[in-house]
Amino acid sequence: MHLMNSELFTLTYGALVTQLCKDYENDEDVNKQLDKMGYNIGVRLIEDFLARSNVGRCHDFRETADVIAKIAFKMYLGITPSITNWSPGGDEFSLILENNPLVDFVELPDNHSSLIYSNLLCGVLRGALEMVQMAVDVKFVQDTLKGDSVTEIRMKFIRRIEDNLPAGEE
Amino acid sequence: PFCYPDFNAVTCNLLPDEAAAPQRYDGRRALRASLRRLFAIGSQLSPEVGSSGIEMLETDTFKLHCFQTLTGIKFVVLADPRQAGIDSLLRKIYEIYSDFALKNPFYSLEMPIRCELFDQNLKLALEVAEKAGPFGPGS
Repeated sequence: MHLMNSELFTLTYGALVTQLCKDYENDEDVNKQLDKMGYNIGVRLIEDFLARSNVGRCHDFRETADVIAKIAFKMYLGITPSITNWSPGGDEFSLILENNPLVDFVELPDNHSSLIYSNLLCGVLRGALEMVQMAVDVKFVQDTLKGDSVTEIRMKFIRRIEDNLPAGEE
Repeated sequence: PFCYPDFNAVTCNLLPDEAAAPQRYDGRRALRASLRRLFAIGSQLSPEVGSSGIEMLETDTFKLHCFQTLTGIKFVVLADPRQAGIDSLLRKIYEIYSDFALKNPFYSLEMPIRCELFDQNLKLALEVAEKAGPFGPGS
């Protein structure tokens, strides 16, 4: 396992976003592309996560939240977001990121006010959870890049994905 | 050893030399198809509720080991019945798959794995597992 310089990571992600901005010319399309790329990462990353972390099947969405915040985020981004704002039904929660390695040194210019800079993360989470049979909706509701005090990702459980269940999970 | 994923199954052959001779491609396809059907009904046949399906199939000449991931991928290893260490081999193969297949951006999910690094590392892992078996290199 290599230890990589996080500055290179920040620069790489930044290069990706700015290139997308040049290619697509409007923030909405860039957001969509970031989500799509994130999704493609997520469907692969989940296997690395499962192979390495030895985490078993989560029994409910609360367990899932814990695994995401305390194990997955720690493993891949070196941060542990806090879990807050559970909905009464237990199907929605927020991840509060006090710092976000993707946005070190980044400032959003005025002409990109609708850009969701870290939207890749939403795609990653969505793709990864889909592979373990959970359809979820993931979005940023607060962003330090936009002047908010914290960065908040809202995750909502939509439904269990019933097709292609592993044996024994029916 | 032969290794290929098709419909979420990666199969490796750890049988003693004669049986490990390259099989015709059709034979492997038929094997994969049979395994797929077997596994599909395996968990339903089980008297246990929520059975995860076939984990091991034992015969006089070989043992078939199957490991199923939470994402539904099955790793299948055919080995000599006396061969030990298959559980850790299966987990090692999962790691090798997640590294050399999935982290290769040119590999498309659910396609046959034609990545040299995957083959090389898999071969290494199989060699290590073989050496760890109850019968040494001389037997």
